[in-house]
Amino acid sequence: MKLQLKIWRQNNPDDLGRFRNYKLTELNPAMSFLEMLDTLNLQLIKNKEQPVEFDHDCREGICGQCGVMINGIAHGKPKNITTCQLHLREFKDGDTIVIEPFRAKAFPVLKDLKVDRSAFDTLIASGGYIGVETGQAPEANTTPVPQEIAEQAFDAAACIGCGACVATCKNESAALFVGAKISHLAALPQGKAEREKRVLNMVNRMDELEFGHCTNTEACQVECPQDISVLHIAKMNYEYLRAKLKK
Amino acid sequence: MAKFIAAKIPEGPLEKKWQNYKDQAKLVSPNNRKKLEVIVIGTGLSGASAAASLAEMGYQVKSFCFQDSPRRAHSVAAQGGVNAMKNYKNDGDSVQRMFFDTLKGGDFRAREANTYRLAQCSAALIDQAVAQGVPFAREYSGYLSNRSFGGVQVSRTFYARGQTGQQLLLGAYQALLRQQAKGKVKIFNRHEMLELVCENNTAKGIITRNLVSGKIERHAAHAVVIASGGFGKIYYLSTLAMGCNASAIWRAHKKGALMANPSWTQFHPTSLPQSGTYQSKLTLMSESLRNDGRIWVPKNKKDARNPNEIPESDRDYYLERKYPSYGNLAPRDIASRAAKEQIDNGFGVGELKNAVYLDFAKAIKDLGKTTIQKRYGNLFDMYEKITGINAFKEPMKISPSAHFSMGGLWVDYDLQTSIAGLFAIGEANFSDHGANRLGANSLLQACVDGYYILPYTLQNYLATQIDKPKPVTHSQAFVDAEERVKTQLQTYLNTNGTKTPDEYHKELGKMLYDYCGLSRSRKGLTYVIKEIQKLREEFKTNLLVLGDTYQINSELEKAGRVADYFELAELMCLDALNREESCGAHFREEYQSDEGEAVRNDDDYAYTAAWEWTGNASQPELHKEKLVFKNVSLSTRSYK
Repeated sequence: MKLQLKIWRQNNPDDLGRFRNYKLTELNPAMSFLEMLDTLNLQLIKNKEQPVEFDHDCREGICGQCGVMINGIAHGKPKNITTCQLHLREFKDGDTIVIEPFRAKAFPVLKDLKVDRSAFDTLIASGGYIGVETGQAPEANTTPVPQEIAEQAFDAAACIGCGACVATCKNESAALFVGAKISHLAALPQGKAEREKRVLNMVNRMDELEFGHCTNTEACQVECPQDISVLHIAKMNYEYLRAKLKK
Repeated sequence: MAKFIAAKIPEGPLEKKWQNYKDQAKLVSPNNRKKLEVIVIGTGLSGASAAASLAEMGYQVKSFCFQDSPRRAHSVAAQGGVNAMKNYKNDGDSVQRMFFDTLKGGDFRAREANTYRLAQCSAALIDQAVAQGVPFAREYSGYLSNRSFGGVQVSRTFYARGQTGQQLLLGAYQALLRQQAKGKVKIFNRHEMLELVCENNTAKGIITRNLVSGKIERHAAHAVVIASGGFGKIYYLSTLAMGCNASAIWRAHKKGALMANPSWTQFHPTSLPQSGTYQSKLTLMSESLRNDGRIWVPKNKKDARNPNEIPESDRDYYLERKYPSYGNLAPRDIASRAAKEQIDNGFGVGELKNAVYLDFAKAIKDLGKTTIQKRYGNLFDMYEKITGINAFKEPMKISPSAHFSMGGLWVDYDLQTSIAGLFAIGEANFSDHGANRLGANSLLQACVDGYYILPYTLQNYLATQIDKPKPVTHSQAFVDAEERVKTQLQTYLNTNGTKTPDEYHKELGKMLYDYCGLSRSRKGLTYVIKEIQKLREEFKTNLLVLGDTYQINSELEKAGRVADYFELAELMCLDALNREESCGAHFREEYQSDEGEAVRNDDDYAYTAAWEWTGNASQPELHKEKLVFKNVSLSTRSYK
């Protein structure tokens, strides 16, 4: 199959950037989207042109490192997948595909399609943990956790930190990412001790990092590879109010 | 004559060795700890858990990873679970039994004392992970759930849906970031270690490249810990992430650290087959599928019918036929080899005839679609996302793929390499799995090394460094190392040939897969060593990398990794050639029984082969660590 690509090229964070057009022929519909970019890069290098830089690692949908806007949609049209799980069979022969980096003030572009998502690490460092040190833990079965609570915690913990929620949100909000971590740890008995401190610190830090506010359009869940529920945002809001009132 | 090396195993009976060690290990007072710096390369389960634990103790830690965040390390991809001896099921599990299963699974080529310690420390890990908020699967009662895994007869595997690795890593990553917020750890993401700096055969630091700015940086420390994972990506097509590489361990090797059993690579039997030459990786499907799926190929090579139209009488369920007692649940090395045999003999299925069927039709008929959906729904979804095929209607197509490196840097009981002050943990070392790793033991080893062993053994070393001068980055060793790195990077750019690093990597990977993969022979290895040498020479003069070193340049990163693979590949072949026996994942065609099973040679090869770099990739020097078995009697692995 043949595809026309319109790809964002930007040399460095200060460069203005621009779209460039490329043509690929003899593609196989079984090829993954990232393998299509590999193919393009090989072609570019052979023509002595700079290859397109993009982030990727595990290529099986779990590490969260890949992620681009494909025709304006984070990770492409199919719901709840990562970019590496997208395959060319989702496109038609002769299609034009527009490929851009994730766009958010908190995720500056480094080069071409690579962005800096270290703001997510900063958010976790502000309180997204349970403060237990190695060797302190009591026997695991001392505190039973009802199965449904463990399952709820897992649903939230499944976030892979790809940033598609931020890239999708018209306000560039990190509410789904932060909400998922707050909800994961607040659900478990082990996370209760730091419950108030955690939510206040993480939410405040989110504001400082130039993420926008959540206005409940719920677009984030649609593009989330793990289908993290927007109800975790509601949970975060509840936890935040609760902590404020308690204070 | 090979030299013999000793692992410094503590005295005393097996079950007391680790306690004896801890009782006698040197300590560092809290006041002195903050004066000591440690570098940790890699932020997977072993690296993150080690860095977090050392920072909690009070050491100054620098943590490095090449990914954009420490959370991306490939530990995330482990699906199935983590083994631990809790005996929650009351099904007869014990440290002794777990030790024996691991040793037997590794075909009696691991060090007794290390394997025993792994089993001993396993229970505490589950406590630790639960306290960190890892959402393990639970029973309705609220107590932790277990399942069984290949190669054992008890249920000792803890799991968090299909994301056990991801969830364990998040626990370690969060602990790491908590220490970062406290100022105890500095994290350097998008940094790659390009050189180990040694003075007087003692590790003093590293040279890194900032992968964003391209800047070459010097970092000095009192000790260096390599936790950079495995190097199965050397085969190009593998279950590993694209960035997984051997560079950290290889560059340490070239500074004097011995490499042990480098050719022992586990091939996972249930990954998805290659669909074309453009393919970049092979996705792993959890081994748990073999609990209900039946593996078969058509009896007639030329049978081109749709699998659903091939009647039972025309199918060969070869695992059930050859291994009636374990059947489809035969260990990984055996299942992989059997699949390769079918494919090599022309019985492969699919467009490229490079796969075998994994069929759920009988399980769906016997147990109902709902049960299968509940057990494997996420895996069936994943299969459909990648292949576009619904496995409820048509058998899956699977094939073996390079997966785990049992080999790695040689370490002693302290997890210290042959360079003082250089430690290797997790998959980067060689120590616990012998010639074949059991499922769910990989996450365990990474965590146990990082949380429980290194904090004691590294401290034992650091206690000797308090009164030594602090390593400095302006020493001659650092200046020279930085110069070497800069020259090497410039060489890749100046070559200006016609082939990209990926093109070389694919060619090299194919050679290794064909001749130093699932099965090896003297003839094949001898042949392929020459081919690797030829290709390596061509690589030096015909490599094509564009751009410069002062910015993001993925191709330049790949060039360095492939250059290291070229040297490591030859060592793997020499290691496979040296070992004239079959054991675990190492199957030498000359050493097999009449029924095609592996034949070990305990008289001549009950040793770890540890190779020393001599400056010439084709002439490494062999050292042997004798494996002494005092607590088990060596038996032939049989799964018939």
